[in-house]
Amino acid sequence: MKIIKFLIIIFLYFYSFSSFSNEKYSELETKIHKNLRCIICQGQSIYDSQSDFAESMKLVVKQKLDSGMSEQEIYFFFKNQYGEWISYDPAFNTKTYFLWGLPVLIFLLGGAIILRKLAVLKN
Amino acid sequence: MKNRYFFIIIGLFFFFFIVLFEGLKNPNVYIPELQEEKNLSKFEAIDFYSNKKISSLEIFNDNKFYLINIWASWCLPCRQEHDYLIKLKEQNLIRLIGINYKDDSENARKFLNEMGNPYSKILKDSNGTVSIQLAAYGVPETFIIDKNKKIIKKIIGPIDKKIYNEILLIIK
Repeated sequence: MKIIKFLIIIFLYFYSFSSFSNEKYSELETKIHKNLRCIICQGQSIYDSQSDFAESMKLVVKQKLDSGMSEQEIYFFFKNQYGEWISYDPAFNTKTYFLWGLPVLIFLLGGAIILRKLAVLKN
Repeated sequence: MKNRYFFIIIGLFFFFFIVLFEGLKNPNVYIPELQEEKNLSKFEAIDFYSNKKISSLEIFNDNKFYLINIWASWCLPCRQEHDYLIKLKEQNLIRLIGINYKDDSENARKFLNEMGNPYSKILKDSNGTVSIQLAAYGVPETFIIDKNKKIIKKIIGPIDKKIYNEILLIIK
């Protein structure tokens, strides 16, 4: 009896994974969905969103892949249509240099403070 | 020395407080407005009446101004703007192309019978993909295409009197 219970639990465990796994979309599609922002439910990627608009965007991604477009070409298409905002990978330009530069600046500043502290401790 | 750190921290606190507080006042909803004139991208769609696939190249083949209007029978603001579309059609200076967005064909027909049909061609967009090819954001949405097949104006939301007059200025 115990063995049967054990087998049922094991079966349910693996079955739950298989039914939750995202088989509707290929790995590449899922990757692209995660990198595109939903215009309607802002702040979510189209992967996270189930809004009508996000579902339509997913269909367009599929159509573009089927027509032979590469991943980068698809990002370019959406950026061209909706602006840089649609991508979760913003390009380095005059509008975003602060965004990209700030972490480096904070890292250097933190490093400098630590080095100074260490120098003080050595002395 | 400790005093100096104290003032620096308090100063930084207020600096970030003011920056973030001011930031709260800015709207944080992104609206994909038309930044520059863009070429109309090629797309294919199903004709509303004949149910045949048709390419944008076949539709936008005249040396005329075109207006693309995304509409649906379930969309209330579409009813508000419909009179302006009829008036634009009567001007005979611009050709109107309708894109019926995620709609039931029967309801769409009723809508046109009741309100009038200003469109010279209607395309079906049952899954929303045609609208994305045009970089649309929702319904209603309107695009003005010039004689060089460039999108020169994008109107998010319904056409009102002010926008109607702006369109007339462009096409006259």
